Amino acid sequence: MIKFSKQQLKIPQMSKPVYLVTGGMSKFDRAIPEKRTEELVIDAFLEAAEFIKKSPEELKEYIHSCYYGHFADHFGDQLLGEAVIHDRLGLDPLGNVGIKTGGATGGSTIWEAYKAVASGYSDTALAMGWERMDEVPTDEGNHYIASAADKDWETPMGHIYTGYYAVMAQKYWQVFGKEEESFRRTLAEIAVKNKGYARMNPHAQSPMKITVEDVLNSPIVAHPLRALDCCLMSVGASCVILADEKTAYEMTDNPLLLYTSAGSHTLRVADRRDMAIPLLPNESPDQYKDLGVRFPGGDRYPGFTGFLAARMAAYYAYGMAGIVDPTEDLDLVELHDAFTISDIQTYEDIGIRPYGEGRTYVESGDCYHTNPFTGQPGKLPANLSGGLIGCMHAVGATGIMQVIEVAQHIWGRWSEMHADEAKWKRFNRVKPDDWTDLQVKGAKRGMAISHAGVGSHVTATVLVHPDHQLKGRG
Amino acid sequence: MTTQNRGTVKVENGRYRVSGNFHYAYPNEPIRDESGKLLGITNPADMTHIHAYGGEAPFFENLSNAKLLGTKCANPKCETYGSVYIPYRIHCPDCLMRNEEVDLTELARKGASVHTFMITERTGAFNTLEKPIRFVNVEFEGVSTILMGYLSIGEPTIGMKVVPIFQTKNPTFTIMDLSWVPAGTSAADLPEGFSF
Repeated sequence: MIKFSKQQLKIPQMSKPVYLVTGGMSKFDRAIPEKRTEELVIDAFLEAAEFIKKSPEELKEYIHSCYYGHFADHFGDQLLGEAVIHDRLGLDPLGNVGIKTGGATGGSTIWEAYKAVASGYSDTALAMGWERMDEVPTDEGNHYIASAADKDWETPMGHIYTGYYAVMAQKYWQVFGKEEESFRRTLAEIAVKNKGYARMNPHAQSPMKITVEDVLNSPIVAHPLRALDCCLMSVGASCVILADEKTAYEMTDNPLLLYTSAGSHTLRVADRRDMAIPLLPNESPDQYKDLGVRFPGGDRYPGFTGFLAARMAAYYAYGMAGIVDPTEDLDLVELHDAFTISDIQTYEDIGIRPYGEGRTYVESGDCYHTNPFTGQPGKLPANLSGGLIGCMHAVGATGIMQVIEVAQHIWGRWSEMHADEAKWKRFNRVKPDDWTDLQVKGAKRGMAISHAGVGSHVTATVLVHPDHQLKGRG
Repeated sequence: MTTQNRGTVKVENGRYRVSGNFHYAYPNEPIRDESGKLLGITNPADMTHIHAYGGEAPFFENLSNAKLLGTKCANPKCETYGSVYIPYRIHCPDCLMRNEEVDLTELARKGASVHTFMITERTGAFNTLEKPIRFVNVEFEGVSTILMGYLSIGEPTIGMKVVPIFQTKNPTFTIMDLSWVPAGTSAADLPEGFSF
């Protein structure tokens, strides 16, 4: 699709508002051999129930339909695994459906549950996601992940998804990063930040206190990306409960408004045709006229440097929630940092920074909980969970984990959920002596971006405290 | 367990006719921790799938004839009429009419260049390429799309002129039969089985 019709650009109009009531997650790790998937799912569900002081039975009484995100049947070697989970959660004979959109599976699962509630089909819906990536060795895991590229045109080449992805990184690196050492260091800062924030998260798989030099000295994966620039392979589960207004306030006194949208683009980057940049509300029509002059080679859009799916998801979500400028209107974000460089690409796709200027979001200190240059709160903290680089990428659970993390800040309960000594102990993890409270003070609105591979699917979920809705929402 | 007589397939009268073995069964093995406690089992699997190329079959067939086929929208009423595609698209993504086949071999020989690339030592199971793999995304003049492939000789750079080479001897009838080398490469230097 090169041009859009008026109908295609319609801002979604839901029949009724949808609220996030609660959410919970399991421990995340590279391997959890002592637990079956349903045990992890139940861990997540129990945390969600406990969060609103309900028993599992009480919470289940509200649920009317269920949405299950699980990317790769291959990994778990169980087709129709959703039916197994549904049974073990004791939710038969309610309607349920499995959702698969690669790395965006978690976000897409919320998207489906959201529409079920917004349409009136269900007053309350469960969105649960999980992944089990420890049941094959890494080589075979890479083959399975590569099978989510085009099996005839891409997979036979190396059976390695990184190969299909890092060509985009290389293009961005050369065109917009201009192969500058300073840009390479900015990429490393993202890894340092996210691994560091993961240290404050008991759920996180890869907490690390590292420096830029550590990232730059880690083994090369695909130039310019190194091992510490890359996301994790994980096992774990996470879930949220969505409800309409009346039911949400029956279940809790503090539900959050939720808006979810989705965009897509071709599975093969090869097929992406040149087109005009669709604009977000904080951009002007002539803004990108000289993009190819400022960044030679950067005039093909989205080419190999942008994610149109992310831009479209942001376009719809901003219209739905009334967001004009995400940096001004949001208080924190959780982004899909599959690689440090794709994190920067996403800043541009979703309008945190204009195309070509993504690096300044890091270099200004805006993306930190506490701006390292001013000592003041960061303007728009990103990935305080640790993200995919520090916390986890248990694919079907990832987009849901991100939404829970954002919500806990808006609820003002982030510290409670991350400081709890009992949880650290239960997960067999040591809480660091310098554990730091990352609660974003006064957070009212936030967003999570869930993203598949080279950008075939992206969802944007915006959370808004009901007392702080924006004008101009759809 | 032997894996001799691995399955083959023919199509007769529009139906698959299979012969040989399409799967081999192996015993499970227990997985235990240090204390000897049972935690799980291995589930070996060796199975052959059957896959239809459908309308893309001419592309994969012709690689072994040293031809690079693409397609073109031939519907004058389509807004993107005349757009040329490789990867080979059976139908136009806009009007959904069946595309016309075009031979892009000469165009690729004269005007192909590297749009972007990457080099990696990492591969997944079943990889058959030598490491490091040099992925190249090749753009052609007048073509709407950018084809992914692998460079068999030299070090890639953005903008580098490249030409296609084809596995004409013992072809696999997969995308692996197509590779790229820097323009000006001598025929004597090509990998075994490949020609221009």
